Amino acid sequence: MSVRNLNIFGAAIFSLLLSVAQPAWAEYGLNMPEGVTPLSRNIYDLHMLIFYICCVIAVVVFGVMFWSIFYHRKSRGAKAAQFHHNTKVEIVWTAIPMLILILMAIPATKSLILIESTGDSDLTIKITGYQWRWHYQYIEEDFGFFSSLAPDSNEARQLKSGIDPNGIDNYLLEVDNPVVVPVNTKIRFMTTAADVIHSWWVPALGWKRDSIPGFINESWAIIEEEGTYRGQCAELCGRDHAFMPIVLKAVSEDEYYDWAGDMMVAALDADVGADREWTMDELLARGEEVYSTFCVACHQVDGMGIPGAFKPLVGSPVTTGPIEAHIDTVMNGVAGTAMAPFGMQLNDVDVASVITYERNSWGNDIGDMVQPSTIAASR
Amino acid sequence: MSYADTHEHHHDDHDHKPTGLGRWLFSTNHKDIGTMYLVFALIMFFIGGAMAMVIRAELFQPGLQYVDPQFFNAMTTMHALVMIFGVIMPAGVGLANWMVPMMIGAPDMALPRMNNMSFWILPFAFTMLLATFFMEGGAPAGGWTMYPPLITQLGEGFPFLIFTVHFLGVSSIMGAINIIATVFNMRAPGMGFMQLPLFVWTWIVTAFLLIASMPVLAGAVTMLLTDKYFGTSFFIAAGGGDPVMFQHIFWFFGHPEVYILILPAFGIVSQIIPTFSRKPLFGYESMVYATAAIAFLSFFVWAHHMFTVGMPLAGELFFMYATMSIAVPTGVKVFNWIATMWRGAMTFETPMLFALAFVILFSIGGFSGLMLGITPADFQYHDTYFVVAHFHYVLVTGALFALMAGAYFWLPKWTGHMYDEKLGQIHFWISVISVNVLFFPQHFLGLAGMPRRIPDYSVQFTEWNMISSIGGFVFGISQLLFVWVIIKCVREGKKADEQVWEGARGLEWTLPSPPPFHTFTVPPKVDEATAHS
Repeated sequence: MSVRNLNIFGAAIFSLLLSVAQPAWAEYGLNMPEGVTPLSRNIYDLHMLIFYICCVIAVVVFGVMFWSIFYHRKSRGAKAAQFHHNTKVEIVWTAIPMLILILMAIPATKSLILIESTGDSDLTIKITGYQWRWHYQYIEEDFGFFSSLAPDSNEARQLKSGIDPNGIDNYLLEVDNPVVVPVNTKIRFMTTAADVIHSWWVPALGWKRDSIPGFINESWAIIEEEGTYRGQCAELCGRDHAFMPIVLKAVSEDEYYDWAGDMMVAALDADVGADREWTMDELLARGEEVYSTFCVACHQVDGMGIPGAFKPLVGSPVTTGPIEAHIDTVMNGVAGTAMAPFGMQLNDVDVASVITYERNSWGNDIGDMVQPSTIAASR
Repeated sequence: MSYADTHEHHHDDHDHKPTGLGRWLFSTNHKDIGTMYLVFALIMFFIGGAMAMVIRAELFQPGLQYVDPQFFNAMTTMHALVMIFGVIMPAGVGLANWMVPMMIGAPDMALPRMNNMSFWILPFAFTMLLATFFMEGGAPAGGWTMYPPLITQLGEGFPFLIFTVHFLGVSSIMGAINIIATVFNMRAPGMGFMQLPLFVWTWIVTAFLLIASMPVLAGAVTMLLTDKYFGTSFFIAAGGGDPVMFQHIFWFFGHPEVYILILPAFGIVSQIIPTFSRKPLFGYESMVYATAAIAFLSFFVWAHHMFTVGMPLAGELFFMYATMSIAVPTGVKVFNWIATMWRGAMTFETPMLFALAFVILFSIGGFSGLMLGITPADFQYHDTYFVVAHFHYVLVTGALFALMAGAYFWLPKWTGHMYDEKLGQIHFWISVISVNVLFFPQHFLGLAGMPRRIPDYSVQFTEWNMISSIGGFVFGISQLLFVWVIIKCVREGKKADEQVWEGARGLEWTLPSPPPFHTFTVPPKVDEATAHS
């Protein structure tokens, strides 16, 4: 009985193995996407080649094994032979795998050389990973922006939010500011990180590359089809690792230049107001915005943090103590914890407003405020 | 020559065994210590398994239903640490403790007091590790690989994690020294190295891997400790350190560690398949050489765990070729097992069923491993569920299935009772089906773009995650059956004779079942009938 079951089991494994190769199943997310760049197609072809070779080996090897299991059973009256080695056979089955491996290594080497050819790019984007968002800097055009999880996904992904993720467009794969690039242009992506290690991955480009503090890694892509391509951080980077998606919009060159022009103008406007006096209400309003983008993941909407993991801001010695210490904590972070030095990420207005907001919210009632000029002076 | 012939005149001076708690606390007996290792591994298996259940429950559907992401990360991290260091490794050591002296005709391990200490470190080490759940900052949540800078964000649990790793390292190294000392010095007359049963061989090689790799891990985690508390910057970029250096050092330990987990499994399967095929192991010499070759190569492939960190082309090519080359000795092993079955007279008791499932499912894990070794393709696979599927095929249906096969194989020898064959087979079939429902869909998830170590996912991954979770729950619950089979076998069952299995060969099968407290106080003579082949 167990032998028949074994055969059924084997057949099930084979059909599962082979089913991956069936194109008809592709829309159910069974296989790697082919992607939209020369590299991604190259990698996809390599993946399929190795996969098919493995399938053939599996069929042959497991076939022999199941033949033996079926025919060389004691219950069929098989008498055990007593041979225990055969040098010729052993040489053959050492040599054949070597040849197969060499056959696999040739295309793999070629594609690796192609992947590492990052020269001659027309556009350079520096990608910086933060806990837990991405920053994109367009080197030639000299503008940059943060890209965070879209608000509706962010609301739905809270513990026991009661919001059905199926009702959210591109749940967890939507951002506030997508990174926009032109098609048919060789783009060089330089990845690095500001706090811990992240990994920037858009499957349609064919690769992921770690973004590591102190390192700059290079990768490239020529996107051949207009469209929106989505990806995620692929290296565990702390609590909200799952919630820092990537949205890449590939547009025509004209559209790209329009967008880049707008972004360059916006970059000039970003620091507006840094040199004037702000009122309490202005700071609180701006501060709430900044808080809900940069602080809320750890310290939570109610400022209570997460017991045991992230400190509360309500009644804390930092938010209710001397304002200089509060500024220092926000600007420089706390070494050895997840509290990042936000002075690197936020401009003077944002830092001033979020500190003011933290000192005057959720029952914190210090009543003082800090002006952008004070922050500028502390840099 | 049977055990009774050599031992009939020595009855009065041994078999006085200590009783009560002291028997276990102060034990220097390889059988008792082996039992403690195995029971410890079984308990930890359910603790680590409970963590896996939390993971699969949270991933059953999109959205966060049960746990905070930070706690989820702690679950994945602790699940790995518990399963690797608390289940697979101690279970392997437990089997070695029980079987190595009996297989080589030695009265006990060479260093019995050290044996006691290397076991008793474990419960304390894991108590310390599990206690981090109740500390400020929670349990380690930066992944079992402990990559800085993320791991240094851990709160008060951090030093406890580091010292746990140190303790586990000390325990493993002492265990390894003991096995080497035993096998090198205490073999029965006539048993040369090339007459050793393959399980013993795989354990010698494993012991050398442990001695070579555990100190490297100890060094790496000590540097983490000084980075966090003593102002050094080994791995902190801002201080001139190098976060990638940690990964190189970690995986220089980590890859040999993979073989520390799997080589004893190879050994177990190499004992079981010849037994139930009633035929000598095919290609004994090439099995030994393949084991040594795998162990040797394991020191030159570490960077395939970190292809995406951005190494130079030459480095990527070197580690790709080196990784691919491991397929050759591994292939030789699989071919030898199949050739052992070929023209045998096979029966399919539970140990054999687990061993056969091991050969097939480990090979599937080997295929995905080969795919992962192809650097360009790894740029897609890396850190996705494809990797999760791969290492669970080699570690659950690989290492764990082999350990279970070994448990069923040797239970009658240990307890003197046959286990309930019918229950054993039910346990096997439920396990083998559910484990594939659990892990096979994870290949699809990874290829379709689901990263690993995430508590929540985009809705297109829902179906396969649900199926995987259902498989996980069934697999988890069905392991209670395994415990029941063991308890039942310890208490009752048909009396097992010396031989137990018709095709069994080797010194351990010349001993009564259960073996007396002390065995082979007079070395047996090894002849053709008792040697491995």
